[in-house]
Amino acid sequence: MKRKVFLTAGYNTVSLGTGRKEFNPKKVRPGIDYYLKEAGQATIKMLGGADNVDEGVTGNFMAGSFVKQAHLGAFLTAIDYKLRYKPSQRVEGACASGGLAILSGIKSVLTETSNVVLAIGVEVQNSVKAVYGADYLGYAGWFGDRKAGHAYFFPGLFSNRAGAYFGKFGREKTREAFAVWYKNAIENARLCPTAQEYHNTCKDLISIALSEPDPNVFTEYLNSYDCSKVSDGASSVAICSEAGLQKAGIDRSDAVEVISWALVTDDITKTPDDLTKLNTIEVAAGRALKSAGLKISDISTIELHDCFTIAGLLSIEALGLASHGEGPEFVIQGNTSRNGSIPVNTTGGLIGWGHPTGATGVHQAVTIWEQLTGKAGSSQIKIPENKPFGMTINMGGDDKTVVAIIYKR
Amino acid sequence: MTYEEKLNNVTVLGAAGKMGSGILLLTAIEMTDIFLKAGKEPGSMILNAIDVSAAALYGLRDYLRDQIRKIAEKKIVILRNLYSKNPFLIENSEIIEHYIYDVMKHIVFTTRLESSYQSTIIFEAVVEDPEIKINLLRQIAGNSNRDPWFFTNTSSVPVSELEKGADLAGRIIGFHFYNPPAVQNLVELITTDKTDKELVDFAKLYAKSLSKKIIPANDYPGFIGNGHFMRDLLFGFRMAEKLSDEFAFAGSIYAVNRISQDFLIRPMGIFQLMDYVGIDVCMKILEVMRSRLKDDQLHSELIDKLISARVNGGQNSDGSQKPGIFTYEKGKPVSVFDHDILKYIPVDSFRKVIDLRLGNLPSSWKSWKEVVNNKNNQDYLKDYFSELKRSGTPGAKLAIEFLANSKKTGLDLVKWGVADNIDNVNTVLLTGFYHAYGPVNDYLD
Repeated sequence: MKRKVFLTAGYNTVSLGTGRKEFNPKKVRPGIDYYLKEAGQATIKMLGGADNVDEGVTGNFMAGSFVKQAHLGAFLTAIDYKLRYKPSQRVEGACASGGLAILSGIKSVLTETSNVVLAIGVEVQNSVKAVYGADYLGYAGWFGDRKAGHAYFFPGLFSNRAGAYFGKFGREKTREAFAVWYKNAIENARLCPTAQEYHNTCKDLISIALSEPDPNVFTEYLNSYDCSKVSDGASSVAICSEAGLQKAGIDRSDAVEVISWALVTDDITKTPDDLTKLNTIEVAAGRALKSAGLKISDISTIELHDCFTIAGLLSIEALGLASHGEGPEFVIQGNTSRNGSIPVNTTGGLIGWGHPTGATGVHQAVTIWEQLTGKAGSSQIKIPENKPFGMTINMGGDDKTVVAIIYKR
Repeated sequence: MTYEEKLNNVTVLGAAGKMGSGILLLTAIEMTDIFLKAGKEPGSMILNAIDVSAAALYGLRDYLRDQIRKIAEKKIVILRNLYSKNPFLIENSEIIEHYIYDVMKHIVFTTRLESSYQSTIIFEAVVEDPEIKINLLRQIAGNSNRDPWFFTNTSSVPVSELEKGADLAGRIIGFHFYNPPAVQNLVELITTDKTDKELVDFAKLYAKSLSKKIIPANDYPGFIGNGHFMRDLLFGFRMAEKLSDEFAFAGSIYAVNRISQDFLIRPMGIFQLMDYVGIDVCMKILEVMRSRLKDDQLHSELIDKLISARVNGGQNSDGSQKPGIFTYEKGKPVSVFDHDILKYIPVDSFRKVIDLRLGNLPSSWKSWKEVVNNKNNQDYLKDYFSELKRSGTPGAKLAIEFLANSKKTGLDLVKWGVADNIDNVNTVLLTGFYHAYGPVNDYLD
């Protein structure tokens, strides 16, 4: 890249929803403006004030439906009055909206338009019951398929993937891997105070994760533990040039460098060629690695998009960590756990930390920034000296938009 | 006539009442689903919602819309399939709205009894007064040329008495839902020696379609459910009376209610249950039982006093509890009605003193909710009650007395031929009253 680009000053609000003690579906909860302010103001504070911010970008998927609010770019001044008249926009790519917000910031820094970009991801989804939220989340797919699709449209799509995978590689072992994936997610979330599953006290995670799916009320091949939950939350981070870091008075050791990225899309109107593969993730990860001159084994930790256990499993294969059909064994062996060969989703990922859809891409970046700079608190894993790299994979829709970014300590 | 044809024109009498509204809801859903499952758009069915109160029928519309929505939300996966051929219903919200419309559009809200004359099925859920019931049934039977079947939701009046009074030979069946019908899975089924076999078969199929569990009860005043509940309630009053010297009236009511809830791990105390059912309803049930069984013990002076002070209990149309012997906050009793001074006395003014005298709950105590949700709770309950027996506190002693009486009532119901067996008694209490254990058990042996 022509110019060095850094990420710093990351912040996550709590991922609010079922599982959090303070969540009460009957009580009035914070609105989207609250989340934008909490996250944005926290990052601005770490940057030494809004004078140091040149631009804002907000990743959000579906506020227009969930909270009847569009035009999120114009919330920037509400976050800090000193940001009045500064450039700001909202970007959308379904659940990859957060990743797009970060890319937007990277591009602004690369084109020397800005030295410091405030990137926020936000989503508020507990405003409606899950049965209606499923309609809104369904907009991430091709609407032409909606009529024939499942009531819970996205769980239905990934249930189909799970069914195809069961057919090809066997049900039992795959379900066992789902359960291990769930257990890892919850155990990691218990170490992160902002995680939605932070208060989870279930003793036997494997047993509940192995509950039989009930196709009369949910999907054929996935149960509710295979799914990320409904979440409200925001994450924010600053994307800076070297000059930007200096201006904000941030030490290089408190920032991570963006060394490569890839944005890949596929035809939203088409069903996947092979339900047992996430091809777009494979292409995006391959491009990002190639552009960074790295192999997957050079990466110390990955935040990947486990909106469903099956998505986590297929991502492992798409990233080349396990060959096709070997993902379940790889997970069961513990390779993806926090002490494994490649720790994945160290604060719980989408299933454990939460999935405020438009915020997830930013949350992933914040987690990698925390891990590489030693700010992950109880969630901290050891990053080997010879592997100072972390990676995020943020997916929109059913493998249709993928943002892959590689960071260096 | 097939099951579907029978359900083409149905009437619910007392449709705006607590029981009637639930029966109406379930029947409206069943009628609509019959069409949808056959792959047809719901057509020309009629479901008459008849009530004496036009105002209450307005409230009924709101209740139905809310409840149908909840039901639709829960069964969205099934509804999506049922509406798969309608190209205009794409999103869940559209399907749910359309389903609410489909269910509601068959319901004819009216105060005119004449509407029922074309019906083939009549559900009767009016006030628990034999004379009113008989007059209504007789009028419909006399004016209809469709030989309708009558389903009475009476919880106390012998069905044979209604059958004879309204001259319905064989065309009536006792079909006693529990409150609220949309939630409770139990139905007591009562036949007379004349009941048409086809009617019995239909009733069983209808119950099955509604996912209700049927327990047969014999045609005896109060049947199984109220046969047990009323005797439990009267025992509670007698116990409170004995305690009132020591605890004063309000304190004794609070104490017995607490013993029958907390110490016995039941979903609510015995007097809260009376308020929930309605004190006026309890009075009517007791009157039916007392007069038919010629047992003057089946009467409570306290209930008479409460009713004459217009303390009726029961629920508002939104399901919230009206003031009864208690007033409530967040579902918990906070004051007790003292009929001598015609005032509610705050529970907080005596709670500590009474609780101290009753003594602590056994250390192994768990809440009803925790116990009822554990399917393998038998061992726990055995241990709990044996600890209760050993603890010897005044509260524990009273609880054991209560439990022993409850068991005796259960055994009596079998002895008197109200229930065919102990299992049926226990099932009614477990399913219809949400108890965590049946009254006939060996916990005290």
